[in-house]
Amino acid sequence: MSGDTILNVERLTMRFGGIVAVQDLSFAAERKKITALIGPNGAGKTTVFNCITGFYKPSGGAIRLSHDDGRTIALEKLNDFRIAKQAKVARTFQNIRLFPGMTALENLMVAQHNALMRASGLTFLGLIGAPGYRDAEKRAIDLATDWLRRVNLLDRADDAAGNFAYGDQRRLEIARAMCTEPALLCLDEPAAGLNARESAALSELLLSIRKELGTSILLIEHDMSVVMEISDHIVVMDHGVKIAQGSPQEVRDDPKVIAAYLGTDEDEAAAVMESGS
Amino acid sequence: MDYFAQQLINGLVLGSIYGLIAIGYTMVYGIVGMINFAHGDVFMIGGFIALITFLILVSLGLTAIPVILLVVLLVAMAITALYGWTIERIAYRPLRHSFRLAPMLSAIGMSFVLTNYSQVAQGARVKPIPPFITGGYTLHESADGFVIQLSNIQIMVVITTIVLLALFTWLVSRTRLGRDMRACEQDQTMAALLGVDVDRTISMTFVIGAALAAVAGLMYLLYYGLVDFFMGFVAGIKAFTAAVLGGIGSLPGAMLGGLAIGLIETFWSAYFSVEYKDVAAFSILIVVLIFMPTGLLGRPEVEKV
Repeated sequence: MSGDTILNVERLTMRFGGIVAVQDLSFAAERKKITALIGPNGAGKTTVFNCITGFYKPSGGAIRLSHDDGRTIALEKLNDFRIAKQAKVARTFQNIRLFPGMTALENLMVAQHNALMRASGLTFLGLIGAPGYRDAEKRAIDLATDWLRRVNLLDRADDAAGNFAYGDQRRLEIARAMCTEPALLCLDEPAAGLNARESAALSELLLSIRKELGTSILLIEHDMSVVMEISDHIVVMDHGVKIAQGSPQEVRDDPKVIAAYLGTDEDEAAAVMESGS
Repeated sequence: MDYFAQQLINGLVLGSIYGLIAIGYTMVYGIVGMINFAHGDVFMIGGFIALITFLILVSLGLTAIPVILLVVLLVAMAITALYGWTIERIAYRPLRHSFRLAPMLSAIGMSFVLTNYSQVAQGARVKPIPPFITGGYTLHESADGFVIQLSNIQIMVVITTIVLLALFTWLVSRTRLGRDMRACEQDQTMAALLGVDVDRTISMTFVIGAALAAVAGLMYLLYYGLVDFFMGFVAGIKAFTAAVLGGIGSLPGAMLGGLAIGLIETFWSAYFSVEYKDVAAFSILIVVLIFMPTGLLGRPEVEKV
């Protein structure tokens, strides 16, 4: 198991004053697999994400990321730009956070900051246009173009991201996260606000990312049709603790999950779980 | 008409200097949302460093004016940029996540520190230099003997401003650093998550702003032939006004505001009274802000939900 585990969360605890948002949570995400973190509102899912991506310093526990080359990184000790630079973890937010005043292409270029920074020799070589930097910039534009093509936004490369339709912004945000060339992609409710057709397209995009690029994905999602279709492994949280985990089939049939996830209203539980099948 | 044309030239030159300083205000406001009150003093420091470098070069026996100018420009930009970096590092960065007024108070303190430091180090007297860019062109001479003059130094100020503005616009819109700066301006957290070192980007903003202020300081020194420790205060307030008038946060706005303030001041002095030129400039600022609260080119700030 540990050989192909990319993310290992061990006994993670996060307290805010007297409130325990996450308690003793342990789970693992496997390499090149899609792991979903689900649970009712307020279960602590986003808090887990914030601990993984350096927004919160956990009150206890460890978050270990192991790279392909065997390096292990203690994520709870990193913050800020180092999450992307050293740990190669990218994330998106529940509410869209593109740079609205910049073009789609520029959004994807900012995400390649690190690659360009290395080539630009601390800015200076970049400003005078050294050949090495020009090559790097050309590669960056190629990668950005490639991603715009994958998310069907190539013809709008030079439009301001803020003017895009909601669903397009969601896809652009994922493309931008992928332009950082992450080892682990964390998506916070990527299907929120999408219609059925857009959700299906999203599932397809995420599956292609896993299959073609081998990027490990950790996602929080309420849309059960997406979760059930693409997840390899599901972790269910409620009130800050893990209540179940397993394959989509196992989780779907777990009575504890049905009860906790949707309160005790069995009818509603059944209805939502139905939509996932 | 001739008198008007002459004042137009004078106003544009003064406006160029204000505009160069105003860019520093507007850039810093755009990226960290604070008014860097010490920026006017950075301009003054730039003027002093230019003066000192100039005197050193002359005492070394250098006589070729273009060489002197180039060296003075580069040295003034480099050392003033270092000042800009240091100010941000010691006075603003530690307060970045403090309450909103803290960095502003720190900036006012920094302004006093720089003013008094220059007074102690350089003395309180005005420091003149002999005019060494002389000559110019007579554009037109009217029947009653009034002459429209365009001096070489005026041409130099305007050309330098245009070149710097073009370079700077290119930097912001086309380079990696410019993209990072705009990204940090819109969403620092997100920029950091994409791997952008936000602190470093902010430092670079201060460095560039200070370098532009140094050029303005050099231009001021050459144009007026003097510097003194207090010149940063008034010029800083005017440039800040220019940045607000143009729409704070907007780069073309800063330049436009600078030109507007320069022209208003010059025309008011020419046609009404020299004593009240500042009153005129600030009155127009108030009127503009009443009718256009975001300034001439500013965009209304959209509340983030």
